[in-house]
Amino acid sequence: MTLGTMILKMGEGMGKTCAIFFLTLLFSLPLGMLVAFLRMSKNKVISAITRFIISVLRGTPLMLQLLAVTYGPYYIFGATVSRNKLIPVVIAFSINYAAYFAEIYRGGIESMSPGQYEAAKILGYSKGQTFLRIILPQVFKRILPSITNEVVTLVKDTSIAFTVSYQEMFTIGKQIANSQTSFVPFIVAGVFYFAFNAIVDFIMGRVEKKLDYYK
Amino acid sequence: MKMLEMKNIRKSFGEHEVLKDISVSVGSGEIVSIIGPSGSGKTTLLRIATALETLDSGTVQYAPDAHFGLVFQQFNLFPHMSCLQNVTDAPIHVLKKTKEEAEEQAMKLLKRMGLEGKEKLYPYQLSGGQQQRVAIARALATDPDILFFDEPTSALDPELTAEVLKVIKSLADLHIAMVIVTHEMAFARDISDRVIFMDQGMIALEGTPDQVFDSDSERAVAFLGRYNNI
Repeated sequence: MTLGTMILKMGEGMGKTCAIFFLTLLFSLPLGMLVAFLRMSKNKVISAITRFIISVLRGTPLMLQLLAVTYGPYYIFGATVSRNKLIPVVIAFSINYAAYFAEIYRGGIESMSPGQYEAAKILGYSKGQTFLRIILPQVFKRILPSITNEVVTLVKDTSIAFTVSYQEMFTIGKQIANSQTSFVPFIVAGVFYFAFNAIVDFIMGRVEKKLDYYK
Repeated sequence: MKMLEMKNIRKSFGEHEVLKDISVSVGSGEIVSIIGPSGSGKTTLLRIATALETLDSGTVQYAPDAHFGLVFQQFNLFPHMSCLQNVTDAPIHVLKKTKEEAEEQAMKLLKRMGLEGKEKLYPYQLSGGQQQRVAIARALATDPDILFFDEPTSALDPELTAEVLKVIKSLADLHIAMVIVTHEMAFARDISDRVIFMDQGMIALEGTPDQVFDSDSERAVAFLGRYNNI
């Protein structure tokens, strides 16, 4: 198999890799905010349960969580395993990443000085306005580097989908590597992830720069 | 008519009783300074008046439809907003003024604060004194009937203190009631209609500036002596 054919075949999986990436961000970024609020809830039971769930999600391998989401329903309920693996992959990834994002959001929100809340209260802002107009824009700027870190990791984590034989780029590459007894597909995959992350870095760098107008 | 009436306020933090049955009232347009040593409860009293702190017992009552504003020791400007936005954001989003109306008022207030031409700058680009003057403009933009100052110059260098005090003094003609917690004794004596000297959670002395500053009460002499000698 020529290098060109390998790249073409793996290229077919790149769309799926991108699908995992974008769908995971689409769901996990807002879900993380919800989880962060539950974690900061004044209700101690809600906060404790959320904390436990976060610690499980962060304390066990994503690969294991992916297997659990994909095959768990079969072992527990005898449900048929869905043929479209994108759904369990995106569910597992979104939940896992939401846990990380939640902790980043919480750190950002809790790092805001109480004076910002007090100033907003005196000026008559509602709680919702205070959060959306005063707190969130500042938190966003503050946590952006940590978010970038997670996004970069997510690019590479998409390869974990090979565990459930979802035909994304890395899974195909691995199959080619096996059938051709060649290491080249892995090099192709490495270059792809590196290029993908170069783009991520560039975009996030631009966003950070855009927020540089204040300190 | 009383703008603010605080009666029999008590407040403890844990075992420590910070306010011991304090009653304070402020008349319409009256300028009241609260002085006293650190830990005497001045700031706590202000925070209770502005509902930033809960009280253990007592009552806080404002005149009907009275609005209050507060100027913080640490300014607490919104760093992600320009000076102009800091002043216009609440009028637009809380008081539902039009953007044009809010900006016109803000420009006037910033000018009054000696900040003409600084409208587009962000707080980090300003000196502490300038930031505090933006904070005063921001407080005034919500049209308060009574404005509280919590040690407005304590975070500032001496030369910046003067410019902020000058601006506060210039507000007297607005006839807004002002309650100023301060360590600037000469300023308090100069600007106030009434001075309250607090000590250990109680009002030790209260009266006209002359009555308080020229008092021969032992406690006042001990406290004020330090300032009079500087």
